Amino acid sequence: MQVPAYVEYERATSVEHALALLARFGPRAQVLAGGHSLIPMMKLRLVQPETLVDVGHLTELRYLTVTGSVLRIGALTRHAELLAAPEAGRHFPILHDAERVIADPIVRQWGTVGGSLCQADPSEDLSAAFAALNATMVITGPDGTRAVPARQFHTGPYETVVAQGELLTEIQVPITPGAGSAYEKVGRRVGDWPVGAAGAAIRLDGDVIAAAGIGLAAVGAEHFAAPEAERSLIGAQAGEQALARAGQIAAEHARPVTDQRGPADYKRHLASELTVRALRRAVARARAAGRSAREG
Amino acid sequence: MRIAVDVNGVERSADIEPRLLLIHFIRDELGLTGSHWGCDTSNCGACVLWLDDTPVKSCTILAAMADGHRVRTVEGLERDGVLDPVQQGFAHCHGLQCGFCTPGMLMTARWLLDHCPDPTPTQVREAISGQVCRCTGYENIVRSVLWAARQERENRA
Repeated sequence: MQVPAYVEYERATSVEHALALLARFGPRAQVLAGGHSLIPMMKLRLVQPETLVDVGHLTELRYLTVTGSVLRIGALTRHAELLAAPEAGRHFPILHDAERVIADPIVRQWGTVGGSLCQADPSEDLSAAFAALNATMVITGPDGTRAVPARQFHTGPYETVVAQGELLTEIQVPITPGAGSAYEKVGRRVGDWPVGAAGAAIRLDGDVIAAAGIGLAAVGAEHFAAPEAERSLIGAQAGEQALARAGQIAAEHARPVTDQRGPADYKRHLASELTVRALRRAVARARAAGRSAREG
Repeated sequence: MRIAVDVNGVERSADIEPRLLLIHFIRDELGLTGSHWGCDTSNCGACVLWLDDTPVKSCTILAAMADGHRVRTVEGLERDGVLDPVQQGFAHCHGLQCGFCTPGMLMTARWLLDHCPDPTPTQVREAISGQVCRCTGYENIVRSVLWAARQERENRA
């Protein structure tokens, strides 16, 4: 029987209240959102907070809106809500590709987007997707809010820049007209963490790649990104040759480790192959978006 | 801490430790043993029940998180002694053998048909993809849910 160790429970009724509770209980407090990462960790005694500050009831952080040219996702948006949101899928098919393969439909009902990001598992699919999209994380603390690029959000496995006493409150994704994006994942079985996964976001100028974002999960890519591979794509013809080269570069910079999900050399192979597949679909979607914009 | 939860339409309150999992609150504190306690790792789905109007894996939710909310368990499916169509479907199509996964499957099936009254077999399979059955091979579970969907459509017509 797996149960968490003894813990106190406080329910936050607003963001301000949550921040006050976090300040009051200090470093032995832990933020609880959907609990679908934290509670399993507590059962295993991998984390043992003295107090849980439950932010799961803050509906003010549960939204998905487009403001100007930015998609704003409240941190407590459930995975199922992100997957069901047409504005997310229309602008960023990568988010729906990724959500479809995150855990299972029941877990997605309760787990939250912000909770997954703050858990900062090195295999977290959304971390790679938001890295590919060059999203911005909005963090709220006692002194107000600050914005951190997705690629500076994670400082290591299970570690983020969200400090004691702060909350991740929003994820902002810049909308680029005519862009295309995609996510590709290989897992041992449906709903599992990835053995390897790659996301890509592409903007074309004619048939030349004008902008590229590549995110990688579970293959030891620093900050879930592949900047060297991205640079190799800029100005290149959006053809198989450039995509294959980018896959190769992404794999060279990945530092996968052998574990129960697979050997390092296989994960390195996946880093290359899945980068190419994600780029291929992102390019196809960018072409389709460009066509519909011209016909528009 | 003291919590109050609306369980199947009845207000239930209890003094609990905040670390108590929702599945144990439902089974051990309230004696509602229809919901099963399975893998303990949010993989098998035997513990699926509704929190407010959403199916959740109750081994991965604290009872404290349900304070002030509504829970619906398999005991809350029947109405005035009449089984819910999904329960009838499982009986009619032999959708269970050992029965361990059944309460979770029923709660997910009920939610699916509430949101998607005419599902395809693929939609049924996807809906139960976070739940494990070691007896049926899933074939009869899918048949049972589709039978219930058909039954409800005919009842409405």
